[in-house]
Amino acid sequence: MRVNVKLFARLRELVGQGELTLDVPGATTVADVWAALVAAHPAAEAYARSMSCAVNLNYARMTTPVADGDEVAFLPPVSGGSGAAVR
Amino acid sequence: MTSATAITSDPLSAEAVLRAVEGPGAGAVTTFVGLVRDHNVGRKVLWLDYEAYAPLAEKALGIIIAEAEARWTGARMAIHHRTGRLEIGEASVVIAVATPHRADAFAACRYAIERIKQIVPIWKHEHFEGGEVWIEGATADANDEAAREAALKIACA
Repeated sequence: MRVNVKLFARLRELVGQGELTLDVPGATTVADVWAALVAAHPAAEAYARSMSCAVNLNYARMTTPVADGDEVAFLPPVSGGSGAAVR
Repeated sequence: MTSATAITSDPLSAEAVLRAVEGPGAGAVTTFVGLVRDHNVGRKVLWLDYEAYAPLAEKALGIIIAEAEARWTGARMAIHHRTGRLEIGEASVVIAVATPHRADAFAACRYAIERIKQIVPIWKHEHFEGGEVWIEGATADANDEAAREAALKIACA
């Protein structure tokens, strides 16, 4: 199964590209795609606990199913708007 | 008619965002303009570069508008966010909210900026005197109900 992976910001820089096609035989969920990404690009591991994800432009979870040809995006913590986030 | 949402590398127009929410039912309009500031945690900021996952970012703005319009009766909201290199003093985000009564306009506007910081897939790359750094805030998940509640609490404080 092949999926199109999109990466952004510092995660994109760590992996060295913003878009890649990953061959993930037997993948069923986003977690499998992430594991394949980390296997191919170990630097991505830095975001294992802080990233979120989207599948075909829908916010997703690591347990979300994926299918052949899906676009899977991994999102580092976001910082849009202006100034710092209120916690 | 200006679009209610935009992710654009063009300079933002507060007036255009305002036009997107005008209507005869409005009794009040609030606008929020986020600007690029020349300092951040002791660093002298030179410029910012905003990167977006544009199609999901635009969709996320739509989600925020739908949440606000469901929460505040009669509200109309528009949000434009800029991408690319922004100089000091330039607008990175413009929000406009029109509501029948003023209290709701203030609350909905505050809600929108807090939600933008929580869920919209946009990243700020700060270039400062002596280096650069990616600014990282919230882990983005539009379905995280606790985050939505937190934004609502700030808006209605």
